[in-house]
Amino acid sequence: MRLKVESKKMSSVVENNFLTTKLSELVAWGRKNSLWPLPFGTACCAIEFMGAVDSVFDISRFGAELVRFSPRQADLLLVLGTINYKQAPVLKKVYEQMTEPKWVVAVGSCATCGGFYDNYSVLQGIDEVIPVDVYVPGCPPRPESILLAIVRLQEKICKEAVGEKPELYIYKPHSVRK
Amino acid sequence: MVKLIDIFKKNFQADILDSHEQQGNETIVVSPERLHDVLGFAKNDPETLLNALMDLCAVDYLGQGPRFEVVYHLYSTSKNHRLRIKTRVPEENPKVKTCVDLWKSADWFEREAWDMLGIVFEGHPNLKRLLLFDGFEGHPLRKDYKINRRQKIPEPLERP
Ligand code: SF4
Repeated sequence: MRLKVESKKMSSVVENNFLTTKLSELVAWGRKNSLWPLPFGTACCAIEFMGAVDSVFDISRFGAELVRFSPRQADLLLVLGTINYKQAPVLKKVYEQMTEPKWVVAVGSCATCGGFYDNYSVLQGIDEVIPVDVYVPGCPPRPESILLAIVRLQEKICKEAVGEKPELYIYKPHSVRK
Repeated sequence: MVKLIDIFKKNFQADILDSHEQQGNETIVVSPERLHDVLGFAKNDPETLLNALMDLCAVDYLGQGPRFEVVYHLYSTSKNHRLRIKTRVPEENPKVKTCVDLWKSADWFEREAWDMLGIVFEGHPNLKRLLLFDGFEGHPLRKDYKINRRQKIPEPLERP
């Protein structure tokens, strides 16, 4: 179909309605501003996440408010709490059920390194079973730390879209144990 | 009031290896061979009627004679008295007879003692791990279980 537009009108359409960018950047921009988190909360850190969602800290300011409890509908896995050996396969399965692309944030000492549970039952960091994008230190971390993790993850999503290497404090997935 | 210890001493004489009492808290120590008889007596004798098994646990005395101690905490709901029965089993052969036939509550208690300390309960209907997963190696509440020992991570369960 041929569009018949007056030349004056055409120029105003171009002026007001077009942006030029790379497709990958556009997609990354959309992704970073609409993260759908799945909270895998097993302990105290999950309460901090509830704090991050409430009206004081308000995670919606970062576009990551639509908390889902189905891995099929989420693209951001937040691991909040102590993960023990019995839960490790469950966590792995939840991660595998999420659709690509997906990101993982390990919140608190327990999820990043086992916390103070140096014992027979607790996994010494969730990166023993799934890859992690951002680690949040603290026991428990403040809700601001969780928000900061989301901002860092957004930076990472953008940087990876343009082929840049993310900065040092953002870790590449590693040590996935079969 | 008759002391529970005396009742048991009267009926089991030589099998009561030791006994002590403090502020009404009575304990007897019996040999593992006669344990089941003593428990059966404790439950059914009209004088004792210790019909509730409140707790069953085990203790690891690493480096001592018989290494493990199995402890039974009994309570009588009709007579309102309590008794603790203990027995010692050696490291090479940590075996006692099950008491699931006397108290049903012993089922999970015994599985827990097997799981965490590796006490074998002969005749138990389903002696498998209770708190830990199936592939776990060793018994973590034993004092010689290394604190930094790590297990193989179990595989995801398949859907039936
Ligand atoms: S890191 Fe601390 S606050 Fe968080 S789950 Fe572990 S023990 Fe609780």
